[in-house]
Amino acid sequence: MIQTRTFLGIPPFPVAAKKALADSQLRGNMHHATHTIRTKRARVTAELPDWEQLRVAGADIKDDVMANMGRYLEQLEESLTEAGASVHWARDAAEANQIVIDIARRHKVDEVVKVKSMATGEIELNTAMEEAGISVWETDLAELIVQLGHDLPSHILVPAIHRNRSEVREIFLREMGKAGMPAAADLSDEPAELAGAARRHLREKFLRAKVAVSGANFMVADTGTLVVVESEGNGRMCLTLPEVLISVVGIEKMVPTWKDLEVFLQLLPRSATGERMNPYTSTWTGVTPGDGPQEVHVVLLDNNRTKVLADEAGRQALRCIRCSACLNVCPVYERVGGHAYGSIYPGPIGAILTPMLKGVGTSKQIDSLPFASSLCGVCYEVCPVRINIPEVLVHLREAVVESHRGGVPGTLMTTMKGASWLLGGGWRLGLLQKTAGLSTRVLWKNGMIGRMPRPMSRWTDARDCPAPARESFRAWWKRTDGGRKDTGSSNTPRKGTDQK
Amino acid sequence: MKVALFVTCLNDTMFPSTGQATVKLLNRLGVDVEFPTAQTCCGQMHVNSGYVPEAIPVVRAFVDAFAGYDAVVAPSGSCVASAREQHKIVAARSGDRALMGAVEALTPHVYELSEFLIDVLGKEDVGAYFPHRVTMHPTCHSTRLLGVGDRPERLLRAVRGITLIDLPAAEECCGFGGTFSLKNPDVSVAMGSDKARHVRESGAEVLVAGDNSCLMHIGGLLTRQQAGIRVMHLAEILASTEEVA
Repeated sequence: MIQTRTFLGIPPFPVAAKKALADSQLRGNMHHATHTIRTKRARVTAELPDWEQLRVAGADIKDDVMANMGRYLEQLEESLTEAGASVHWARDAAEANQIVIDIARRHKVDEVVKVKSMATGEIELNTAMEEAGISVWETDLAELIVQLGHDLPSHILVPAIHRNRSEVREIFLREMGKAGMPAAADLSDEPAELAGAARRHLREKFLRAKVAVSGANFMVADTGTLVVVESEGNGRMCLTLPEVLISVVGIEKMVPTWKDLEVFLQLLPRSATGERMNPYTSTWTGVTPGDGPQEVHVVLLDNNRTKVLADEAGRQALRCIRCSACLNVCPVYERVGGHAYGSIYPGPIGAILTPMLKGVGTSKQIDSLPFASSLCGVCYEVCPVRINIPEVLVHLREAVVESHRGGVPGTLMTTMKGASWLLGGGWRLGLLQKTAGLSTRVLWKNGMIGRMPRPMSRWTDARDCPAPARESFRAWWKRTDGGRKDTGSSNTPRKGTDQK
Repeated sequence: MKVALFVTCLNDTMFPSTGQATVKLLNRLGVDVEFPTAQTCCGQMHVNSGYVPEAIPVVRAFVDAFAGYDAVVAPSGSCVASAREQHKIVAARSGDRALMGAVEALTPHVYELSEFLIDVLGKEDVGAYFPHRVTMHPTCHSTRLLGVGDRPERLLRAVRGITLIDLPAAEECCGFGGTFSLKNPDVSVAMGSDKARHVRESGAEVLVAGDNSCLMHIGGLLTRQQAGIRVMHLAEILASTEEVA
């Protein structure tokens, strides 16, 4: 049995990011991978004349689901039950894990095969099942690489994006034999050979497994159909071969009707892998006698989603279809990778989803996430369901600050309160500028501030900083009557910016 | 038309030459621009850092200073974006109906410099002369929040003597991000270093942008690297004429 690692103990984002930034192999792998997917996505979304309309439609459909969540959930339960599936309701991770473990135990199995799923990652199902003595075999290639490498996922779609093919070869050679069919001793790092090794390793597990666990990309409320979108066919194996199928799905994964899939099956593959269509789309509606799993369970997971739903500014995050487009374009994610976010949901969407699902104010790590962004807005630009991630980030920053009010005010709180007073009137700002300009005359005669002690070192360790102007704009305006009496500025032109 | 200059607190305190260039440029184009001295700041630093209640007096000072003007022009895409996107949120939080109304009345009159020149004045050729090799960083808030599109580039193309060079990966964020540059200095510098590298590789002598905040960050890296590349605000290039260039 493989012990699945958890994100426990990951330090706050700035600390974790600093470490990641120093890893040149990681930087190279991440740059290559994100830029490749980014280019593909840009190409296949540009070729659709109605791409923007599709985005609006995607957002509208999801907003309808959220506005009528209760009604659609009841409808879904009814359609699923009618189709022969068993519906389970899970308030939180512990309840969901227990439901899955109980079903597996009832079938007296000591192993399950798994389709890649974010919901089961969120609830740390693997760890719970391992503790219950049940082996969990990940069958998605990237998940397999992560699992065999005793590693953590770093991307929603491509959890092993931080690994290159020579690292994958090493992991396969070292670990596959311990978990089942070993890799050939002469395995090269050719992608086709690596995939071949994974295929042989997984095949015996597919053929042996009695129980499979999956998530779902979509659940259709009016038909009771679950949908899994994937690229490798491992999903198809898990969804059709075993006798028992358990799907753990977040309640926000619903769409009202079958017809709505038209929108999402265009949005998702183009946004996720940059493909016009993904290779495998599996749909199943309860039990079909004599064909596929004869016992179908659906675990509907809340795990604080209803809390997010109650947050007017934040609820748009529940539109997310886990495509990863925001990760692939994010300049922060690209440089630090996924582990620094300390969550199964990394990148821009993780920076809003994790604090909302786990609760702002619960840890320094969680509270650091909404600040892990330069607010450049490129995530919003690519999001297929138009989640305004920068807006939610700013909203959560406020929530973080509010959760810390009332105690002893820190440096930043004091600075912000002081700045609020200073910026409340023009004369106050003028007073500050006079003092700052005076300091420049005395201290920074060449107009540039060099290296400074903490906390200014956060800027000056790597960057020069121009000194405040000796004469502020407002002082110049007053002295020269808006330039009408200009006799030249008393400022030294700033270094590096002076005209020749 | 009654036109006010919103110089922004950063330009006022750190980069007065940008404000002076804006005044010079607008005067040359026949605009008698005023500077309401009650003005301070857009409040973005407070909002983006999570201090919304502290932003209320700042937004109040903004609307008090600029109410009644037909146009408020600022040499900053980021500060104008804050006025357009955030002031209504701050006003709503204050619960003060008068402030909400004042923000709603004022916001449509606030323009970023390139928007004002092209959309309001209808000028693309502002009569500038700048015989240098220049590359432009478009800035995230100008492009993604304001949607200024190619306005800055069109203004620059009409400058006589200029050689405009494409900046590789121009649309990528420079990593400044306000307090992000201090809260996450390592990531900020990593992003800025890539931007500075693209600037160096472009072969330009001058990097131009519509925001001095981004330029302070990229310029601070360039001078630390002794790259020999100047950073200049768009207003300063557009204000240049044969007499001073």
